[in-house]
Amino acid sequence: MKLDRKFGSFGGQYVPETLMNPLIELEEAFKEYCSTEAFQKEYMYYLKQYVGRPTSLYFAEKLTRTCGGAKIYLKREDLNHTGAHKINNVIGQLLLAKKMGKTKVIAETGAGQHGVATATGAALFGMECTVFMGEEDIERQRLNVFRMELLGATVQPVSSGTKTLKDATNEAIREWVRCAEDTFYVIGSVVGPHPYPTMVRTFQKIIGEETKKQIMEAEGALPQALIACVGGGSNSMGLFYPFIKDTTVKMFGVEAAGHGIETKQHAAAFAEGRVGVLHGMKTYLLQDAEGQILPAHSISAGLDYPGVGPEHAYLYENKRVEYTSITDTEAMDAFQLLAKQEGIIPAIESAHAIAYGCKLAPSMQADEVIVICLSGRGDKDVHTAAQYLESTRV
Amino acid sequence: MNRIEMQFKKLKEKDKKALITYITAGDPDIHTTEQLIYAKERAGAHIIEIGIPFSDPLADGPVIQRAAQRALERGITLQQIFDCVDSVRAHTQIPLVFLVYYNTILAYGVGAFINKCEQTGIDGLIIPDLPLEEREEILPAIQNSAVALIPLVSITSRDRISAVVQNGRGFVYCISSLGVTGVRQDFREDLNEFLGAVRQATDLPLAIGFGISTREDIERFSPYVDAVIVGSAIVQQVEECGGDVDRVEAFVKNLVVG
Repeated sequence: MKLDRKFGSFGGQYVPETLMNPLIELEEAFKEYCSTEAFQKEYMYYLKQYVGRPTSLYFAEKLTRTCGGAKIYLKREDLNHTGAHKINNVIGQLLLAKKMGKTKVIAETGAGQHGVATATGAALFGMECTVFMGEEDIERQRLNVFRMELLGATVQPVSSGTKTLKDATNEAIREWVRCAEDTFYVIGSVVGPHPYPTMVRTFQKIIGEETKKQIMEAEGALPQALIACVGGGSNSMGLFYPFIKDTTVKMFGVEAAGHGIETKQHAAAFAEGRVGVLHGMKTYLLQDAEGQILPAHSISAGLDYPGVGPEHAYLYENKRVEYTSITDTEAMDAFQLLAKQEGIIPAIESAHAIAYGCKLAPSMQADEVIVICLSGRGDKDVHTAAQYLESTRV
Repeated sequence: MNRIEMQFKKLKEKDKKALITYITAGDPDIHTTEQLIYAKERAGAHIIEIGIPFSDPLADGPVIQRAAQRALERGITLQQIFDCVDSVRAHTQIPLVFLVYYNTILAYGVGAFINKCEQTGIDGLIIPDLPLEEREEILPAIQNSAVALIPLVSITSRDRISAVVQNGRGFVYCISSLGVTGVRQDFREDLNEFLGAVRQATDLPLAIGFGISTREDIERFSPYVDAVIVGSAIVQQVEECGGDVDRVEAFVKNLVVG
């Protein structure tokens, strides 16, 4: 069976010819191995014993009371080893890389979470790992650079373009063009050329599968709403995918509005409504009239990406998911609220989802249920948060 | 027959190989780009490849990335590039091809872009991020025009070669090495075999590019191809001398074999 290369008119493989056979080989290997019982068993073994899954679905009682309205549950991806959902995908891709006989892996990273997860997996499976990271992000996320190096990875600084995630991704793709014969490229989100968006979603859908089971146990019914933040969109795709056919479940993807959509300093690809091609995929992008990609802005480095996964573009067009956005300020308010109310410091990425949950809950009934994906923990963000709070203090 | 096809026919009659030279439009400015095109023709280039700057040039190495960035920082626009082509066409009939990333075409509108190329006298398009699988988006429009879609094949193409060259026109761009554009010290040993396989698959002229920078490189490949493409080495000259037209002309002259 051939996998669909596109989601409606989105996705595809807009890459140099040199990468086409490597992508075809990857698709073949993904189809051959990943659905087998043996692979699933191995994948689940590592997710359980190494990552610590299943993560809990926690009823945030105090937050619910404060917001008033629907019951708010948090899917605790922050409790995973390495502190975010990124590791689910890395374990899957690295197991596949091993099956394909690849000995080296490369990855791109923005905030450093995917880089740390890849470095972790590479250490676990004994692979040589190089992580491409923009010089500006290296500056902003020194701690994660140190973590990756401690794990034995090489961090390759990227000085082209905006020196952030977008350019780190370009550089990782360029490197892959050079060395695809022995190197596996571990993409960190549901972005890039086919089969990556499908593959990453497959390795993240465990979030939604667990959620479905857990909410049925807790509430005896499906939730009325799901909320997750969207940068490239892997935690949201992982949560949403198993619920797509459950049409009573509303889904909300929350992009980063940065300083506000009207300021143009944001990372909300859907807000601008322009389709283009970047990083091998056709999707919604931040771009100017001539198709030059515009720099994104968000206080959260993990949402600071000018595009969005092509399956999200598809779900946006067929209106299955509603996409909305939250500003830096709203996210930082939610960041503090969750810390004080529940004793959980969320990643600033996830704080965007929390902020939208706090807006949505009061419009719903007390017997209705919202599940928010708490995609990562905020330890990595305390420095950014301290700077932010310092700057807003009058 | 468009200008590319005529050029190859003329060269073949004289038993000569074509030299294709690349420059990034707007580096260091669009006026110099026009002068560089004339200088290269004087120096003996047979086809001019004009790179349209893009913010995220996936297939390019550091030299051409920097050139694109310089041009974009100076505010280069597509309108300026098309105006430049218009102006060039008043002076010369040398074949002109664009190296253009697909998002530039999409943003302009596929049909409109091809029309504009045809009107201004662009003879071919090299689109490095539009492989065979995505080509149908552009095929109907380009096949109804005088503009050639120049296919790219790589050492990794193997069983794909004949399908990739099938709807191509003008010439086949054979990528000499893995990785991005830029000067290289050596070439892979299986290159001749690869070029042989491409030759078997098509009657189109073969051009080899990526990493070709010296007269020795050109001589090494001449027996196997109909054209060589020199890019980064020239852009590097432009960078080092800030667009000194005489220096670039001398550099290209030195590449011309025989």
